[in-house]
Amino acid sequence: MRYLDEYRDPVLARRLITEIRAAATREWSIMEVCGGQTHTIVRQGIDELVPVRMVHGPGCPVCVTPLEVIDRALAIAARPEVIFTSFGDMLRVPGSVTDLLSAKARGADVRVVYSPLDAVRLARRNPGREVVFFAVGFETTAPANAMAVLKAAEEGLANFSMLVSHVLVPPAIAAIMESATVDAFLAAGHVCAVMGWTEYEPLAEKYRVPIVVTGFEPLDLLEGILMAVRQLEEGRFAVENQYARAVRRTGNPAAQGAMRRAFSVSDQTWRGIGPIPASGLVLAPAFASFDAAVRFGALGVTAVEDPACIAGEILRGTRTPLQCAAYGTRCTPRRPLGAPMVSSEGTCAAYFNAGREPQP
Amino acid sequence: MCLGVPGRIVGPGLVDFDGVRRDVCLEFTPEARIGDYVIVHVGFAISIVDAAEAERTLAILRSIPGGLDEVSG
Ligand code: SF4
Repeated sequence: MRYLDEYRDPVLARRLITEIRAAATREWSIMEVCGGQTHTIVRQGIDELVPVRMVHGPGCPVCVTPLEVIDRALAIAARPEVIFTSFGDMLRVPGSVTDLLSAKARGADVRVVYSPLDAVRLARRNPGREVVFFAVGFETTAPANAMAVLKAAEEGLANFSMLVSHVLVPPAIAAIMESATVDAFLAAGHVCAVMGWTEYEPLAEKYRVPIVVTGFEPLDLLEGILMAVRQLEEGRFAVENQYARAVRRTGNPAAQGAMRRAFSVSDQTWRGIGPIPASGLVLAPAFASFDAAVRFGALGVTAVEDPACIAGEILRGTRTPLQCAAYGTRCTPRRPLGAPMVSSEGTCAAYFNAGREPQP
Repeated sequence: MCLGVPGRIVGPGLVDFDGVRRDVCLEFTPEARIGDYVIVHVGFAISIVDAAEAERTLAILRSIPGGLDEVSG
C-alpha cells in the first residue's frame, strides 16, 4: 500500500543498518517512546541489528493505566444498566482480581469499539441504558475522545459518560530524564502529528539530548536511529523530524482545539511509574457531568500489584523483560501478571511474541 | 494504541485503505480534499500525508550508497 510498503524495503533497510554501524563510534542508548515503535523494533529485530542499545519506553497507554482505574472500570461495567465500551486492547489488562474480558464472559455488557464516536452512537440508540466509554490514550487519541464528549454534549446525550485516564508524553520524558541514562529519544510520530514538536525543544535543550520525531515503519525507525546517532556523534542535541510526511512543527491545530475544549491538564499516576505532575488529562469543568467516575461514585478499594512484576522498571527502561523472574513462566500473554504483557505494544509482550528468551 | 494508518479520501467522510473503505471523521483535517492521503487513528484523520515530503524522505534513503547489495536494489 502507498506510504507503507516503500518504508519496509529490506534493501534500503540493510543500507541504513550499514550506515548506522559506520556512524556509531560507541554504544549509545536510544529510547523509543512509543509502544507501536517498540513492537516494530522487537518484531523486526532492529535492536539486534544496530550497534545501539535500544531502551524501550513507557509508550503503551494500556500499560500505564493505573490499576485503580482498571478496577473502577470493572466496577462500572458490572452494573446492569451499563454498556461499557472500550478499545479492544484494554479488555485483557489485569485489574486486582479480574479483567474486562472475564467480566464480559460472566455477563457484563462490555463492547469493543473502533472509534469513540461508535460509543456515542450506541448511547443515541440505547436511550434506556448508560453507555460508558473508557477514554485512555496519549495525545494521539485524546482529540478523538474529546470529539466524542463534545458531540455527546452538543446532542444533550444524558446517558453517555467517559472514564478518563489520559496521559501526556513530554512530562513522562522529563521524568525519565531525571532518573534514567538515555542518550537520545525517538519521539512518537503520531503523538507529534497532533501536538507538533515545540514542547520537545525545551527538553532537548535542558537535558542536552537529541530528540528525533520518528515514524513507525522499519525504514522510519532506522532513519530515526541514524539521525539520533549522527547528532550524538557531532555533539548536537536538537529536535529533528524524520516523519516529515505526517508531522508539522505545530501539529494539528483543529485536533488540539478539540482537546483543549474537552479536557484540562492534571496530575496523573502512571501504572508502574507513579505520579507525574501535569502528565494527564481530565474532563474540563464544563463537561464534568460526563465524567463516569463522578456519575458512578468512588470505589474505596486499594489495588495491589503482583509482587513479582517489575513493570515499573520495564516502563522506565532500566530493566528488560528478560530480567523478570516471572517472564514466560508465570507471566505470558495468555495469562498476564502485569500490563506490559497484555498489549502487543507492551515491551514484555513484544519480547514474548518475538520469542526472546533469557540467556541461561 | 497510537496506530495510524494511511488511507486515501474517496468521498465525504470516506477513506479507502487498500480496497477497504471506512467512515472516517475528517473534522481535524478541514483542508483535506478527495484524493489526499490522510493518517487515520481510531476513526479520525489526524494528519494529511505530504506527498512532497514523502518523496524527499525516500530520495534521501535511496541516496545511501549500497555497496554489495546495490545489485539487488
Ligand atoms: S514479564 Fe510479566 S510480570 Fe514480568 S515485568 Fe513483564 S508484565 Fe510484569
